[in-house]
Amino acid sequence: MSSPLTVTVNGAPIVVPSGATVAVAMVIAGKACRVSVGGEPRGPLCGMGICFECRVAINGQPHRPGCQILCEQGMDVRTDE
Amino acid sequence: MSHATYDVVVVGAGIVGAACADEFSRRGMRVAVVDCEMVGSGATATGMGHIVAMDDSNAQFALTRYSQQLWQTLRPELPEDVEYDQCGTIWVAADEEEMIEVLRKRDYYGQREVPTEVLDSRTLLRLEPNLRPGLAGGLLVMEDAVLYPPCAAHFLMERAQKRGATFHLGQPVADAGQGRVRMRDGSEISAGIIVNAAGAGAGHLTPGVEIKKRKGHLVITDRYAGFLRHQLVELGYLKSAHSISSDSVAFNVQPRRTGQILIGSSRQYGADHHEVDSGILARMLQRACEYLPGLAQMSAIRTWTGFRAATPDKLPFIGPWPVDKSLFLATGHEGLGITTSLATARILVDQITGTKPEIPIEPYLPSRVAKEHAHV
Repeated sequence: MSSPLTVTVNGAPIVVPSGATVAVAMVIAGKACRVSVGGEPRGPLCGMGICFECRVAINGQPHRPGCQILCEQGMDVRTDE
Repeated sequence: MSHATYDVVVVGAGIVGAACADEFSRRGMRVAVVDCEMVGSGATATGMGHIVAMDDSNAQFALTRYSQQLWQTLRPELPEDVEYDQCGTIWVAADEEEMIEVLRKRDYYGQREVPTEVLDSRTLLRLEPNLRPGLAGGLLVMEDAVLYPPCAAHFLMERAQKRGATFHLGQPVADAGQGRVRMRDGSEISAGIIVNAAGAGAGHLTPGVEIKKRKGHLVITDRYAGFLRHQLVELGYLKSAHSISSDSVAFNVQPRRTGQILIGSSRQYGADHHEVDSGILARMLQRACEYLPGLAQMSAIRTWTGFRAATPDKLPFIGPWPVDKSLFLATGHEGLGITTSLATARILVDQITGTKPEIPIEPYLPSRVAKEHAHV
């Protein structure tokens, strides 16, 4: 079993197990991934890259599907807040 | 279905039909509007929605500029959901040859009091930092705007409705002319004036009206606020948009108020099915990415097609149809129906009410092509 990783969510460090997706990091961080056009908080729903509810900005690139991307050490994750 | 008699029946509830209903009702006439779908469908729902002054010909300029000014007058009354945004158009010049065209356009617009600004390579990149480096420059036409056409059509229709206009939606028209519109269910509406504003379906409704369907593809992205600030059109567009025969693509993108980016454009004749053509789509997106490389990293959320109503000489048909005294045309606007809808309605109703139009109407009269059919 490899060692845990640290990513940042809106600048705050979050420790996740190796192999965790960004969606997992968001659950640990307790944050919504984005805010809908209607102003509602949104987060992982399907967990398989279909619904796109878990979009976050990763390393400056907006609208990345969090459930399909593995965490990497030092990754910068940002939500709509 | 009502059997009431109206002054006018408008066939087609797209932006042109809606503008006509609005204008007829403003002049106190009793109007009915029929459409086989709903308000703001057809090309109104599938097009890009620009309000642009265009200079392919003097007649095209006169109509687009007059109409643009009518939109500017209407702007304070437009509801939020119409998303009228005077973002300006930048005609992008890739090389020095296209910069010559920039200067020609500047002179043409300048002589007609349309404000523009010539952009050198550096200024272009300052205004649109996501364009690829090394482009020669461009021409900013600052009064050009974009809007969301279905909501604009709804706004015009609701205004007409408040003045007493009625709608008959969701019913296909079997035929129209000789003072009456017959629906496919057999019911009829009679009126002294019938307006064919059926867009790409206008030729089907009135045999002899030469309208070809010119298919287009569009893509819309997710929201990327700030990526794009102006409508961008490549000057190479002139070469591709004007070839009558072959399929073509050109770089044309618009920023929408949501932060989404609307990506066009393609032109195809003889493709009558609605399916997305992946070959054309790939060419169109590749062209867009050549100008805006950052697009390649973006998520597209929807792709669709639509049909422009194209005439043989690139100008719309606005006025009486010579073989039927009751029948008038307001169709054939190809890619400029949103821009020219308001002026179309004005000069059509001017003709009918005997008012002097503000621009010469001869270039748009259907009789210019109907002569060939008059003896049939």
